[in-house]
Amino acid sequence: MRDVPKVIKIKKVIVETPFVKTFIFEHKLGAQPGQFVNLWLPRIDEKPMSVAYCDAKEFWVTMFAVGPFSKKMHTLKAGDLVGVRGPYGHGFSFKKGQRLVMMAGGYGAAPLYNLTVQAVKAGCKIDFVIGARSKEHLLYLSRIKKLKNVKLHITTDDGSVGLKGYNTQVLEKLLAEVGGKMPAPPVKGARGAKAGKSGAKGAVKSKKIDCIYTCGPEMMMKKISDMCWSAKVSAQISIERYMKCGFGVCGQCCVDESGERMCTEGPVVDNARARKITEFGKYHRDSVGKISPF
Amino acid sequence: MTAASLRNVVCHGAGGVTTKSIWLNEHIGHPNPVMVVNEHYMLNAVGLPDAGIEKAKLEMSKYMTNKPAPVIASIVAGRADDFAEVAAQVSKLRPDIIEVNISCPNVEDELGKPFACSRVDAAMVTSIVRKMTRIPVVVKLSPNVANIVEIARACVDAGADGICAINTVGPGMMIDLETREPVLANKVGGVSGPAIKPIAIKAVYDIHKALPGTPIIGTGGVMTGEDAIEMIMAGATLVGVGTAVYYRDVACFGLIAKEMVAWGKAHGIKKIGDLRGTAVKG
Repeated sequence: MRDVPKVIKIKKVIVETPFVKTFIFEHKLGAQPGQFVNLWLPRIDEKPMSVAYCDAKEFWVTMFAVGPFSKKMHTLKAGDLVGVRGPYGHGFSFKKGQRLVMMAGGYGAAPLYNLTVQAVKAGCKIDFVIGARSKEHLLYLSRIKKLKNVKLHITTDDGSVGLKGYNTQVLEKLLAEVGGKMPAPPVKGARGAKAGKSGAKGAVKSKKIDCIYTCGPEMMMKKISDMCWSAKVSAQISIERYMKCGFGVCGQCCVDESGERMCTEGPVVDNARARKITEFGKYHRDSVGKISPF
Repeated sequence: MTAASLRNVVCHGAGGVTTKSIWLNEHIGHPNPVMVVNEHYMLNAVGLPDAGIEKAKLEMSKYMTNKPAPVIASIVAGRADDFAEVAAQVSKLRPDIIEVNISCPNVEDELGKPFACSRVDAAMVTSIVRKMTRIPVVVKLSPNVANIVEIARACVDAGADGICAINTVGPGMMIDLETREPVLANKVGGVSGPAIKPIAIKAVYDIHKALPGTPIIGTGGVMTGEDAIEMIMAGATLVGVGTAVYYRDVACFGLIAKEMVAWGKAHGIKKIGDLRGTAVKG
């Protein structure tokens, strides 16, 4: 019973894109995919961050420079000190030899990469579908490509790489291939048609999809939740809420109406549970608990 | 403060709930880190974040529809006038009890010494709230005073129906050796958890001894059913549980209740009330 930040040195910093860096820490964290850590910079802040990779020796955190904390993190280099505590939360789960689909939106690719690495080791076959605004916001592509038994599908909103459109268009195709009962795909001009034609070309061949995992913008995850529900395919969803303590005491991240704490019972919840979270896809709460719609 | 979080605690066996402290206006809490814990104690400086009374009304009314268990509405303010206003508004929501939080130790930078540190201030706030409501008023006191009994008595004389003892101890501080920095962003935070139980037990004991007719909510370091029984023997009428959520998860409420029943059965106790204050003799 101890939740105090342990201050450790950054082992290495990798520049991923002009906005994104990966920080590698030599520390036996023992995180399951989908779990998170709290990183602390004295006099700046402490923030919950997804674990992008974790093995017996080290773990990685990939971060977009967006606020005071992440901007400060981006100035740090190997040897600089950061406080770490965790891992926290309930992560993703899978079984050996399953066929899985990863649905990553933007920087949601990082935690799903960690899951993919572990699932591949367990003999799973994976379609990794990553969607982003544009080419420069895509993460982890070369790492994913190196993994065996993984088929990578890319979509961008602007068509700068991969298919122009949304990653959900690829999912429609994948679900259709395995006979999931899907409603007619929405027509969205050229975008939809283009992705629809070739979206799942070369997908991992299998009789059925065992589970679909998603991490990214909530409206995308809500759409995926709906698609999986009507196709009767299992799904696990990483629901992010404003957190303070990170370990289930302060009540900041409780969701309506179940009251479950997303730092403890989440962030990963299965789809049946996500659908009982009435605020999912509708609103979240800020630091004082005020409702803010998506 | 949300209705859903209160209901979740009731689902896990709490016999009643106390809301987070409600402010008149939106109040930003402290930046992170707000909590550190080890096997003996927790230090917290969450800083009472709240969206204000207007938002609390929505959540409270959601809770009050098919109310699953009694609710204590906790109110807090930096100024006496604000206490009057928030008490008047909270009163309309018909909580079972209004708890007046005048003892949070981690908002001192903002508000100065808590009202609970002075007999005069504590009595002044109590009488202001008293005038605003007919709902039972309980004042939450600080252990960080020379004589808590004196302050409890002043509150009761000013119209409090009961006393809640104790708020967190200290405040305390934890320093990280590597960075040589206090870990909490607020530097200091209230101490709770197993380490403060003896302080809470003594405060409740002393208050009950001096004011045997006054109901007491005993809180501070209660982790198990036996801790709760101890608190009742010291003089508590109700027992509050908070930090145990960390040590035993949200299931702690049901576990503590079950352990109390088991202890009572093993000792031939017919009514829990028979145990109240039994440690206080002479």
